[in-house]
Amino acid sequence: MAERVGVYVCHCGSNIAGVVDVEAVARWAEANLEGVVVARDYKFMCSSLGQELVKEDIEKEGLTRVVVAACSPHLHEKTFRRACAAGGLNPYYFQMASIREQVSWVTEDRAQATQKAKMLIAGAVQRVLHHQALEPSQVPVNEHTMIVGAGIAGIQAALELADAGHPVYLVEREPSIGGHMAQFDKTFPTLDCAACILTPKMSDVDAHDNIKLLSYSEVEEVSGFIGNFHVRLRKKARYVDEDTCTGCGICIEKCPKKVVDEVFEAGLGYRKAIYRPFPQAVPKYPVIDTESCIYFERGTCKACEKFCPTGAIDFEQQDSMMELDVGNIVLATGFRLFDCTRIPQYGYGRLANVFTSLEFERMGNAAGPTGGRIVLRDGVTEPKSVAIVHCVGSRDSRHHPYCSAVCCMAALKFGHLVLERTQAEVYSFYIDIRTPQKGYEEFYDRLQEEGMHFVRGRVAEITDAARSPGEEGKLIVQVEDTLIGRQRRVPVDMVILMGAMEPRLDAKEVAVRFGISCSMDGWFIERHPKLDPVATMTDGVFIAGTCQGPKDIPGSVAQGAAAAARVQGMISRGTVLIEPVVASIDESKCSGCRICNDLCPFNAIDYLEQEGVSRIQTALCKGCGTCVAACPSGAITGAHFNDEQIMAEIEGLLYDVLHTNGAQAPAEEPAPA
Amino acid sequence: MSDETFEPRIVGFLCNWCSYRAADLAGTARIHYAPNVRIIRTMCTGRVDPTFVLKALALGADGVMIAGCHPGECHYLEQNFKALRRYQMLKHTLRALGIEEKRLRLQWASAAEGAQLAAAISEMTETVRRLGPLNWRDNWDEGDRYEQAIESLAREHAEALEVPA
Ligand SMILES: Cc1cc2nc3c(=O)[nH]c(=O)nc-3n(C[C@H](O)[C@H](O)[C@H](O)COP(=O)(O)OP(=O)(O)OC[C@H]3O[C@@H](n4cnc5c(N)ncnc54)[C@H](O)[C@@H]3O)c2cc1C
Ligand code: SF4
Ligand code: SF4
Ligand code: FES
Repeated sequence: MAERVGVYVCHCGSNIAGVVDVEAVARWAEANLEGVVVARDYKFMCSSLGQELVKEDIEKEGLTRVVVAACSPHLHEKTFRRACAAGGLNPYYFQMASIREQVSWVTEDRAQATQKAKMLIAGAVQRVLHHQALEPSQVPVNEHTMIVGAGIAGIQAALELADAGHPVYLVEREPSIGGHMAQFDKTFPTLDCAACILTPKMSDVDAHDNIKLLSYSEVEEVSGFIGNFHVRLRKKARYVDEDTCTGCGICIEKCPKKVVDEVFEAGLGYRKAIYRPFPQAVPKYPVIDTESCIYFERGTCKACEKFCPTGAIDFEQQDSMMELDVGNIVLATGFRLFDCTRIPQYGYGRLANVFTSLEFERMGNAAGPTGGRIVLRDGVTEPKSVAIVHCVGSRDSRHHPYCSAVCCMAALKFGHLVLERTQAEVYSFYIDIRTPQKGYEEFYDRLQEEGMHFVRGRVAEITDAARSPGEEGKLIVQVEDTLIGRQRRVPVDMVILMGAMEPRLDAKEVAVRFGISCSMDGWFIERHPKLDPVATMTDGVFIAGTCQGPKDIPGSVAQGAAAAARVQGMISRGTVLIEPVVASIDESKCSGCRICNDLCPFNAIDYLEQEGVSRIQTALCKGCGTCVAACPSGAITGAHFNDEQIMAEIEGLLYDVLHTNGAQAPAEEPAPA
Repeated sequence: MSDETFEPRIVGFLCNWCSYRAADLAGTARIHYAPNVRIIRTMCTGRVDPTFVLKALALGADGVMIAGCHPGECHYLEQNFKALRRYQMLKHTLRALGIEEKRLRLQWASAAEGAQLAAAISEMTETVRRLGPLNWRDNWDEGDRYEQAIESLAREHAEALEVPA
C-alpha cells in the first residue's frame, strides 16, 4: 500500500518550540516512522504559508497522508483538512497530534516533552495510514431559528433575524419578555430610562410577522443536529385564552387576592393572583398563579371570569405540548442574582433596611412599588445615609472567584439616584472600582464630583448593635479602610448589597439538554474565548448575553446580534456539511443478536425482521461509537474511529516500548473483525 | 530499569466532548502534570472497546485511563454508563488475570475540569509508578499466540457484558 506520509511539526512561535525540540522530533519521525517521506518543522503551521507547505508537498512529493503536530484538533483540524483538500487530498487522510495543549504547555522537562511529542506523532502516523477517504454529507438548514430566553440579548437576536426576513420562535419561561432589564429604572452610564429603550423593542417583538413568541413556555427536549433540530416544548397553562383576551386588564382589577411579588418586584411590591408582571408586559395576556388563586385553593371565587368582557378566562386550560423544527438555536437564558442571605454577617433578611440591588432597582423605578421614592422598609422614611457594599459574593473565594463586571457601575448608578432624590450621604465600600468600558470612568468621575464617598475595603459586618449613642438606631458598617489602614464603623440608615451575577440555577440542566458545556462556575462555554465567543462546541447551538458570563447591556446586545449574524450565515448558505463520523453495519457479518439495538441513545438502529439483521439509519446516528464497541460479531464499523485506526494509534503511542524491548511491533495483522 | 527512574507509560482514552476538552483546558491554563499519559481521542467513552484496553496493556502500556463526561452529562445521553459497566467488568477481568486493577482508571472530567484531569493523570502516574512495570507482553506465557488470546478474552468479555436489555 506504500502510503506517503508528510509530517509537519509546528513551533507555534515559542509555544511549542520553547519546550519541545521540534527539529529533532521532525528528524526522528522522518528516520523512524514507517511511511514518512517528508517531515518538516515550521514556525506557524496554521499561517497561510504553513498551509501552503502542506499543499505543495502533496502536489510535489505525492503525499497520500498528512500529519500535523501542533495545537488541539479542536482549534485547527478544520484548517489543515482544508489545506489537504486544496492539495487535492481527501481531507480525512489527515490526523493531528496535539503537542501544544498535551505536551509543551503542560510539561516542564524538555526531554520528556520531546519524547512525548514523538510518541503522539508516532500514534498519529500509524493511525493515518489506516484512514479512509470520507465525504461529509450535505443537509439543508431549516430557516427557522429558536431563541431561548427573551431578555435583552434574546430580544436583540430575535429582532435581527426577523428583520432580515427569517422566521424566529422566541421562547420565554416567564409570563412576559424583557428579562432583568425590564426591572430597571435607569441604565448606566448614560442614565437612559430602561423602559424607554427596552419597551419599544418588546413591542416590535410582539408585532413582528416573523417572530412567533412562545411566552410562559419551556423547552423539554431537543433532538437532531445542526440545520435540523427537533424541539418539544411545554406551553404552561395561563388559564387565559390568548385568542379571545384583549388585554384590557379588568380581571386584574377585580381579583380580590393580593400577594407579594417575589419575581418582578423582588419582594418589594404586590401583585394579584391573576397578573401581568408589569404594565408594558409582552404579551399583554395575564396569567393566573394557581398557588395563590382563591378558586384553585377553595373552588370558589371566579371573580375574573365574571368580569371578563370577552370570556377569555378558562379554568380548565391545561399545559400543552408543542413540537418545532428549527435549524439553529440561540440560548440567551441570562443570569440570576446571588442570594444575599448566604452571607449572614451582612444581615440581609434579618436587618430590615438591608436591601439587595434588585430591590433597589425596583424602588428606584418610577413605576415601581414606591413610585421611585427612596425610602426605608417602612415605606415612608427617607434615609439620611446610604451604604452601598460592592462585591457581595463576587471576588470572594467562598462564593464566586470572578468579578461580576457590572456591580461597580450599578453602584455608581444607585449613588447617583440617591443623591438626586434624597438629601442622604452615600458611601461606597469597594475593593477596586472597575469601570473599563466607554464612558464608564467618566461616570465614576462624575459621581466623585457629585459627592459620593468612596471607602476602600471589604465590609466585614453589618450590624444594628450600637456601641455609641451616635450609632443608636442605625445600621453600622464595619470595615477595614485599607487606604488609611484602620478599622472603621460607619453608621447608616440603609444598606444596598451589590450581589454577584450568577448562572441560573438550572444552567447545568439546560446545558445538558442542548448538548453544550458549563464552566466550573456554571456559565455556558463558548467555542473559543476570543475568536468564537457566541458559538459552542455543538454546531448550530449559539449563546448570547449573560448566560455566557457576567456582562452589561451593551455586551449582551452585541452578543445577541453576533449570534443572529452567525445564524444568518448558516441560513444564507442553505446547507451544512455533516461530519461523516457515523456507524454502519456489515450485514454479512451481523448475526442478528440485536445487542446493538437497545444501546443506541438515538434509536438509530433498526432490526430488519425479514433479513434477520440490524441496520443503522445514518441520518439519526451521531457517531458515539457505543454500538461499534459492543457488537460481538464485529459487524459494526465506526467511520473515522474504526478498530483498525484506534488499534494502530495505540501501537504508535507505544512505539518506544515496542522498539526498545527488542520486540518488534507485530506485523500488520488482519483487521480485528 | 530501576524503580526510581521507572516512567510508566499510560494510554488514555478521552471522550471528545468533555475530557479531551479538559485536556485542552489544562493546556491553555498551563497546568503542569505528569507526561506519562498518551491520549487517544474517541467520540465518547462508549466507543472504548474493552479490547482496546487489553490491547494497550498487552502491547506494553503499564496502565490505561478512560476519561469522559460526568454521569448525566454524556454528549450522547448516557453512553458513559455503558462505559462504567464495561469498566467494572474489565476490572473483574484484570483481577482474574492477576493484573492490579489500579492500572485501569475511569475518570470523569467535564470540559471545565482541566485542573482535575491533570491532577488525576499525575496521581495515576504515581500509582502506576509504585506498582512498577507491567511487562505483560513478556510475561504472557502463551508466547506468540498472546494476540489471539487477548482477542478471544475480549470477545468472551463482550459477550458476558452486552446482555440485551
Ligand atoms: C442590579 C443590576 C443593575 C444593572 N444595571 C445595569 C445598567 O444600568 N446598565 C447595563 O448595561 N447593565 C446593567 N446590568 C446588567 C444587565 O442586567 C444585564 O447585562 C442584562 O440584563 C443581561 O440580559 P440577558 O438577556 O443576558 O439576561 P436576562 O435579563 O437575565 O434575561 C434572560 C431571560 O431568559 C429567560 N429564561 C431563563 N432561562 C430560561 C429557560 N430555560 N427557558 C426559557 N426562558 C428562560 C428569563 O426568564 C429571562 O427573561 C445590571 C445588573 C444588575 C444585577
Ligand atoms: S450487535 Fe452486531 S451482530 Fe448484533 S444485531 Fe447489532 S450489528 Fe448485528
Ligand atoms: S454509533 Fe452511537 S449513535 Fe451511531 S448507531 Fe451506534 S450507538 Fe447509535
Ligand atoms: S461524550 Fe463524553 S462520555 Fe459520552
